[in-house]
Amino acid sequence: MSEGETSYEPSRDELLEWYRQMALIRRFEELAAKAYTQRKILGFCHLYIGQEAVAVGASAALEPTDVVVSAYREHGHILARGTSPRAVMAELFGKGTGITQGVGGSMHLADRERNFWGGYGIVGGHLTLATGAAFAARYRQDEQVSLVYFGDGAAQQGAFFESLLLAQLWKLPVVFLCENNYYAMGTSIERYSALQDMSLRGDGVGMKRWQFQGFDVAEVYDNVKRAVDYARSGEGPVILEAVTYRYRGHSMSDPAKYRKKGELDDVKKKDALELVRDRLAAMGVDQDTLDQVKAEVNEIAQDAYDFAESSPDPDPARLYDYTYAPDAGDDDNVEA
Amino acid sequence: MAQLQLREALRRAMVEEMRRDDRVFLMGEEVANYDGAYKVSQGMLEEFGERRIIDTPISENGFVGLGVGAAMAGLRPIIEVMTWNFSLVAYDQIINNAAKIVQMTAGQYTVPMVIRGPNGAAENLGSQHSQALESIFAHFPGLKVVSTSTPADAYGLLKSAIRDPDPVIFMESELAYGVKGEVPDDETLIPLGEAVTRREGSDLTLVSWNKQIFSCLEAADVLQKEYGISAQVLDLRTIRPLDEQALYDAVARTHRMVIVQEGFPFAGIAAEISARVQEACFDALDAPILRVTNLDLNQPYATNLEKLVIPSVARIIQAARAVCNR
Ligand SMILES: Cc1ncc(C[n+]2csc(CCOP(=O)(O)OP(=O)(O)O)c2C)c(N)n1
Ligand SMILES: [Mg+2]
Repeated sequence: MSEGETSYEPSRDELLEWYRQMALIRRFEELAAKAYTQRKILGFCHLYIGQEAVAVGASAALEPTDVVVSAYREHGHILARGTSPRAVMAELFGKGTGITQGVGGSMHLADRERNFWGGYGIVGGHLTLATGAAFAARYRQDEQVSLVYFGDGAAQQGAFFESLLLAQLWKLPVVFLCENNYYAMGTSIERYSALQDMSLRGDGVGMKRWQFQGFDVAEVYDNVKRAVDYARSGEGPVILEAVTYRYRGHSMSDPAKYRKKGELDDVKKKDALELVRDRLAAMGVDQDTLDQVKAEVNEIAQDAYDFAESSPDPDPARLYDYTYAPDAGDDDNVEA
Repeated sequence: MAQLQLREALRRAMVEEMRRDDRVFLMGEEVANYDGAYKVSQGMLEEFGERRIIDTPISENGFVGLGVGAAMAGLRPIIEVMTWNFSLVAYDQIINNAAKIVQMTAGQYTVPMVIRGPNGAAENLGSQHSQALESIFAHFPGLKVVSTSTPADAYGLLKSAIRDPDPVIFMESELAYGVKGEVPDDETLIPLGEAVTRREGSDLTLVSWNKQIFSCLEAADVLQKEYGISAQVLDLRTIRPLDEQALYDAVARTHRMVIVQEGFPFAGIAAEISARVQEACFDALDAPILRVTNLDLNQPYATNLEKLVIPSVARIIQAARAVCNR
């Protein structure tokens, strides 16, 4: 069996919970798309539809104390981490009740309570932060691992390469998780990279690496779990590539006319949500239960939407509150 | 009071802070085994070991960014750049990450780190190694910028910078590393954002910072002796936050100002100060504010050309006489 294959058999409850989370992300994103077309969400809005299994499987492999860093296609990542859909949707709406109080927006969602360090908008620029989190974990000799999501396009950046080489040099506990959805905006992978498995970049620094299919949530969980365990054991970092696909355009303003004919339909045959439903059905979960989960998440997403819509705008009086650290001044809180 | 070189004063600040707080570490190229490219960190590896004094590959983008992440995680990194010219390959990490994370996360995360190293021209290092870059960092809300090469100030300000909860750009001077000055024996912190008068004077104010302070003091001596002009020398020490009150108070007393800035003139720190002072103190001014800066040119290598480009004592005297009409 190669590294990327898995024989992991999730329990019925485990799988049902993952299905619930994936269905929630999808419905949430569909409502975000609706809000965007109604100009309730503005700016750039990058949807995660199609890739849900990666966020949910990877999050299940992490401890609450682990650090997660992501880019701008991160609605699914933060939801899978357990952040309230209300707070995320309100942030997309630019409301004061948002997870970053309307300051961050769609691309900069952060939730300190869940060690979700944020979404970042400079392609590749956030990989250094996860490397730094891992450095700090090693410095303090705690058990924390950091996991960073990034796209195939980000694996062309200097900050990506430098993060790999420092992480490997110092054997830092970080998992680099590339979500290869085959496009960087409108440019398909074979047009911009000689290699199409970005985990191969790990070979250049001697890093443990492998690729796996990112459509089956149990497969994602098992692969990421093995990488996280490896990193946590002190063996060093791992770079993974999850093969996946985004159904929508790069952002809401992209009609995605660059796809090959039939490409999207082909991928949808292995749709992550249908895969779980099929698996659950095979395990004896009846249709009613599945429909009930769906109805529940639809309600949660709609509630988030309504909450966002009825929330107040951010308070302009707080405009200057976030340029420097909230408790400016001498820090005598020494833990030496 | 001890006479310390600038490099020794900086080292003392780092050593004291590292003894005080285990979260503080020093990372950069050649900082450990080699004792620092300019020997600022000499002996620190011996005292603190490899866990806390860390040599890096030549990957500024990577290790400056790693420092940002380590700071978010609660450590207190001191990241040394061999010179500020090389920080430009890490500029994205400083501007798009360090400066913005407090704001993007609505205060959930902070970035308590210091990035430090020499700034400005040394001698005959040519175009890529001679730049004074305060303005391209001070431009950004979220960063603090210190630029000094007086040993006592460097000592007291670096200690404050290390304890500061925000990212501090700390600029020293290669030419001044060996310059000696008195440093108090007792632990002393100098708050960021406070200018200091280096020399009292009543006819005009020379405003500067870092090693151009030495040129200003020299010029003030000549102005007094040869032209009977009494020049106050105001050392900003911190560029951001800017001590605006000290500038306004100075103009209220002397009514004339010359700003001496190493670095390119276009959209520079001197331009910013000039704009603010004239907006706030127009009525107090008896003459236009003048700037003495680098010529608007990349740095040439040859000694005679180089001397023409950076501010000189002669150019400072000329500008001071012009605003005083003498
Ligand atoms: C440094 C930088 N260059 C360009 C962009 C514009 N841009 C935003 S997303 C993107 C494509 C990134 O693709 P990928 O990393 O594969 O992530 P995906 O969008 O597929 O999730 C580009 C070019 C940017 N944000 N940052
Ligand atoms: Mg992509």
